[in-house]
This record gives sequence, structure tokens and C-alpha cells, in this order.
Amino acid sequence: MKRYLLPLALFVVLAAFLGVGLKLDPREVPSPLVNKPAPTFTLPTLADPELQFSLEQMKGQVWVLNVWASWCVPCLAEHPYVTAMAREAGVPVVGLNYKDKPEDAKRWLARHGDPYTNIAADRDGRVGIDFGVYGVPETFIIDKQGTIRHKQIGPITPDDLRDTLMPLLKQLNA
Amino acid sequence: MRELITALALLGLILWSPPGLAQTARPLADDPVLEAKVLDIAHELRCLVCQNETIAASHADLAVDLRTQIREQLQAGRTEAEILDFMVARYGDFVLYRPPVKPVTWLLWGGPFILLLAMSLWLWRMLRRRRAMAEASPLTDDERQRARALLGREPS
Repeated sequence: MKRYLLPLALFVVLAAFLGVGLKLDPREVPSPLVNKPAPTFTLPTLADPELQFSLEQMKGQVWVLNVWASWCVPCLAEHPYVTAMAREAGVPVVGLNYKDKPEDAKRWLARHGDPYTNIAADRDGRVGIDFGVYGVPETFIIDKQGTIRHKQIGPITPDDLRDTLMPLLKQLNA
Repeated sequence: MRELITALALLGLILWSPPGLAQTARPLADDPVLEAKVLDIAHELRCLVCQNETIAASHADLAVDLRTQIREQLQAGRTEAEILDFMVARYGDFVLYRPPVKPVTWLLWGGPFILLLAMSLWLWRMLRRRRAMAEASPLTDDERQRARALLGREPS
């Protein structure tokens, strides 16, 4: 009996580790930027390159920065939920148009709808690097003090919206 | 016959494809020393898009952009440590192929040695027990007889 105990224990430990491993998503790398001040930036807006969007403009309000691109397929998947968030949360949702051609981005918005309060055009992806973006779409929730409170990597799902994003926005806005 | 034609056509396509298509390297900086340094640093960094490649080896868009970042920062006179800090501040320790030794990574760094020690201990105990077993049970006369019979030899 005893001789089976050790292999059994080893198996249980291994299975437990592998079981937890199955639940982890290796694509989700914890961001060191959460709970740090959002990196400042100034970029031309997509609608009018003469106009600038800067982080300063958002000081004092809770807002969402959504990194997207017209070439990004999952961005289309999350688009209805970004739209729902913009409509229901009552906070500005700013788009960061990442490494995209302005005409492609505009066509995409015309076709699928434009949920954004404003869109900053990050053509060479430098601001993206400052935000630690490595897979579009990504979504940041930034509080009144300009601190990043949450980073979502990958497309927003209805579950994310209901369980994480909306409650957090509500709480920050209270 | 048709297969042959198809094969020849495919071969032709391969041979005629413009070499530009195969070009993956970005324009190098004019300075080969600088470029070597860029690659040196890029070898230390993990590409987050294709997680098992370094930024030096990866052709992902982000890797190319990050190599550009490294190049520009070197040109601006930053040191390797400063550039690595820049990357860690944005992407976390995960970008480093050599994670720093700190409490959360103790198991990572020490784990293999603990495992080696445990297995050596187990092997040593196993071998000792086996030797003891071999020494402790010589054959009785009866068993010797039976063994001979089974081997087909007459008892001497």
C-alpha cells in the first residue's frame, strides 16, 4: 500500500499544477503599468491631423483608452462591446488608432460605426510601445488622477464588460 | 505528365519570385558596430507577440519596432541597462530572457537544483537498498540444485 502512496502523491501534485496551467492564458502578460500614471503623449487626431489629442485633456475624468486598428480582426469582434461601453458607462472612450493608415481607419469606422469620443492616430506605434501594447486590441481604464487602473489584453467580451469593466468604471466614477 | 508540368510550373514560380519577397531584414544602420550592439540587446529581450523568440530573431511588427527603439536609444547615448529598464517598465520582467532573481523567481532559479538534489538522494537510496538486497540473499543449497536442473546441467 505504502509503495503506491508516493507515486500517487506525485501524480496529484503534478495534475494540480497542470490543471492550474490549463486555466492560465500565456498570452496575458501582467502589465507593470497598472496602478502607475499613464504615460503622457500628444498625437494628432484621426479626424483632423491638425488637431492634437493629449493626455492632459483627460485630466480630472475617468476615461477609457481603447487601442485598435482597422487591420485587427479581434477589434471587429469587440466593437459592439466597446460601443456598448461607450453608451452605457457615460465615460469618454478614446481610441488609439495603432499603426494604421488614416484612410483605412476612417473607412472602417464609417462601415462599423464610431463609438469613440476622440481618436488619436499612433501611426508608427510609439505611443503603443509606451503603453506596453503588444497585441491589439488592448483597453486601459484611467482614473481621474491619470493612473491606469486596469488593462485588458485582447478583445472585450460581454463577460469582461459585465464583470470587470463596467463595475470598475462605476466604482471609479462614484 | 500533368504532374510534371505542375511541378515545373511551381519550380519556375519559386525561381522567378522576386528576391524582394524574401527580404525580411530591416535596413541596417550604417554603423555595423551599432547594429551588432542592437542585436546584442535584442537577444536579451523576448518578443511578446511570438513568445518563444527573441526580439532579435522575430519578424513580428512589434519586434521590428522595438529594434528601432533600441537603435535610436543607443544613438542617443543610452546604456544597455537603461534600455533594458525602458523595456521592463513597459512590458514587465517577462520581456527579459534572463529574469531577475527576486522572491517570486526563487523557485524558477532554484527549482532545477532542488530537483537535482532530490533525485540524487533518491538514486543513492535506491542503489544502496539494491546492493543490500543482493548481498542479503545468497541461494540456499536447495535453490542451487533447482537452478542447475532448470539450466539443464547435472549436479556436480
